[in-house]
Amino acid sequence: MDFAFMRDSFVTLLGGVPLTLNLAFMSVSLGAILAMLLALMRMSGFKVLDWPAQAYVFVFRGTPLLVQIFLIYYGLGQFRPTLQEWGLWTFFREPYWCAVLALTLNTAAYASEIIRGGLQSVPHNQVEAARACGMSGFLLFRRIVFPIAVRQALPAYGSEIILMVKATSLASIITMMEVTGLAAKLISQSFRAVEVFVVAGLIYLILNFIITRIIMAIEWWLSPHLRRPPAIEPRLEAAHV
Amino acid sequence: MSNGVASLSTPLASAEAAAAVSVANLRKSFGNLEVLKGVSLSAREGDVISILGASGSGKSTMLRCINMLEVPDSGEIRIGGETIGLRQSRKGMMPADQRQVDRIRSRVAMVFQSFNLWSHLTILENVIEAPIHVQKRPRHECIAEAMELLNKVGIADKRNQYPSHLSGGQQQRAAIARALAMHPKVMLFDEPTSALDPELVGEVLRVMRSLAEEGRTMLVVTHEMGFARDVSNRVVFLHKGVVEEEGPPAEVFGAPKSERFKQFISSHR
Amino acid sequence: MQQLSYFELIGFGPNGWGWALLTATGMTIAVAICGFLAGSVVGTFVAWGKIGGNVVIRSFADGYTTVLRGIPDLLVIYLFYFGGSAALGAIGSLFGAQGFIGVPAFVTGALAIGIVSGAYQAEVFRGAYQVVSRGEIEAARSVGMHRWLMFRRIIAPQVLRYAIPGLGNTWQLVLKESALISVTGLVELLRQSHIAAGSTRRPFDFYITAAILYLFITWVSTYLFQRAETHSMRGMRRAS
Repeated sequence: MDFAFMRDSFVTLLGGVPLTLNLAFMSVSLGAILAMLLALMRMSGFKVLDWPAQAYVFVFRGTPLLVQIFLIYYGLGQFRPTLQEWGLWTFFREPYWCAVLALTLNTAAYASEIIRGGLQSVPHNQVEAARACGMSGFLLFRRIVFPIAVRQALPAYGSEIILMVKATSLASIITMMEVTGLAAKLISQSFRAVEVFVVAGLIYLILNFIITRIIMAIEWWLSPHLRRPPAIEPRLEAAHV
Repeated sequence: MSNGVASLSTPLASAEAAAAVSVANLRKSFGNLEVLKGVSLSAREGDVISILGASGSGKSTMLRCINMLEVPDSGEIRIGGETIGLRQSRKGMMPADQRQVDRIRSRVAMVFQSFNLWSHLTILENVIEAPIHVQKRPRHECIAEAMELLNKVGIADKRNQYPSHLSGGQQQRAAIARALAMHPKVMLFDEPTSALDPELVGEVLRVMRSLAEEGRTMLVVTHEMGFARDVSNRVVFLHKGVVEEEGPPAEVFGAPKSERFKQFISSHR
Repeated sequence: MQQLSYFELIGFGPNGWGWALLTATGMTIAVAICGFLAGSVVGTFVAWGKIGGNVVIRSFADGYTTVLRGIPDLLVIYLFYFGGSAALGAIGSLFGAQGFIGVPAFVTGALAIGIVSGAYQAEVFRGAYQVVSRGEIEAARSVGMHRWLMFRRIIAPQVLRYAIPGLGNTWQLVLKESALISVTGLVELLRQSHIAAGSTRRPFDFYITAAILYLFITWVSTYLFQRAETHSMRGMRRAS
């Protein structure tokens, strides 16, 4: 192991971190909106809404992400004249936007199932209790259903975010120079696969560690009922005696 | 076939040699908690010993030590005249010879509180599993014998069903058939009726009573006072890891010497 | 030049790519199965280390699953592809060979998939082992089964049946992951589509065909795993 080389590689690969995080952030946040929509479609009870959402989830979960990326980045090139006519070509010409689009569509399929699971886990009696208090519609959803569902879905959503950080590496195949892209370039220049792998792997592990911590913090913040009950102050107890 | 018959045909000189199981000065701790504080017990061929005691008295632990499911910290366990070898290791006591333990285990059958039938095997497969694979007996012989045993415990018609399809009482009877199929010298029962609904207790006790009448050597940890009184020929009462009272049921139930046993009987009436 | 219709393009006629795509689909399935099986072997050992190992083995096993689940699969494939050739090159130069020696892409691909999916399968096996009733294991000990017999007759059959749903998920992951091996030049489904797309300038038609073929494999294997699950769960009480 050549530590000087690894240090240099670390600095080089760090240059890819902003793009990696950018891709992950964009696709996770856009994907969450789409996922919410899909989950609501699936739970709407209307076949016309449920069925397309179901098909969407099946297609995007059943095919490799790389195929989806190629389909958008290379595949849509087949319709270039039409897209130019519609003024969309500037969008689909850019590998960045194609990557963001593919990642967004992909994560939305997985996340919609997580959100649906969270929403379905809300205990019926708690919804009834809210109805008994006169809550309904959006108020019920906003105050009772949504907060419970979010807590329930958060751990799984956390794993999905980690998976997305890993998935951004596929953008390197369509020329995006994020961490994996830089690593591949470095390997092909230096032929030191092991060293570059260790450094790149380390960067991903650090990123994922930080993200995991953030999600755990959010979980803790959202779940006061699972925390240890606060200790009773001794002075107060003495006053009771 | 039964061991009682086999041992009768062998002339036995001393009472010592006739002891099917003997436990001497058994000690066992879990962490700081000393569960057994020097328990001694001996069962001759054909003895049915009921072991009574409140929860935490160490009665189950003692039974599990006899089958080496727990390894005692000190003391001696002899089964059929063979002493189980123990050795000191860094993690505490260990069996000196695992093959000896496996061999002895296949002669000391255990019936558990929660049946512990293997859920991926049918009732018949449960019964023939160990005879075929541990004792290496021919398959057709094992099947024929298993059918007899299932008949005896009254669930021959359930032989091709899986344990989860049976009631608790039926599962426990299947577990008894599984134990019998090993041709055990000694049978250990660890609260065999405690996990059963009250209406299912009777059918299991009936099977156990018939085994006792056949002259099988049985050690039964139980809360069933009726069984202890009517079926067993000796009762042992454990309290906090020591034998507090011991004797024939008529004696100990008729005139209990220990105050704690008196309390125990009155609370289990 | 007249443009071919979609079905002429992917068909089995003189200008069609049908056979090529079908062969490539076979390659995808083959590399995925080999990778999956390699992963089962790795996963079994890692799960074993996590359950029964001492502190050192356990922390190695934990480290392995944490690392492999935290880094992109593509990096692992690069490591095996480039690292493998570098290692072979070094060995080759000892024997006087010169220059770049390529490791067979199939082998690197299957190995990389095996190493990655091994981490997932280890967790599946460990989870399944934890579901196996302690009492049933104790019963096996009490009739004098030694370790290997107990593993073979009592633990393995039960772990396998509890693991089937998790293994099904892992298989789907492996199948999709196999597409990444196209970067090493192995002519599997995606690579073949890429080649065909380049030579016909009909990328959309070929990638959508690839997507349909992947969906088909997914669909069939989902069905097979469900069959296996119902079959193996006979006699088990459903948690409902």
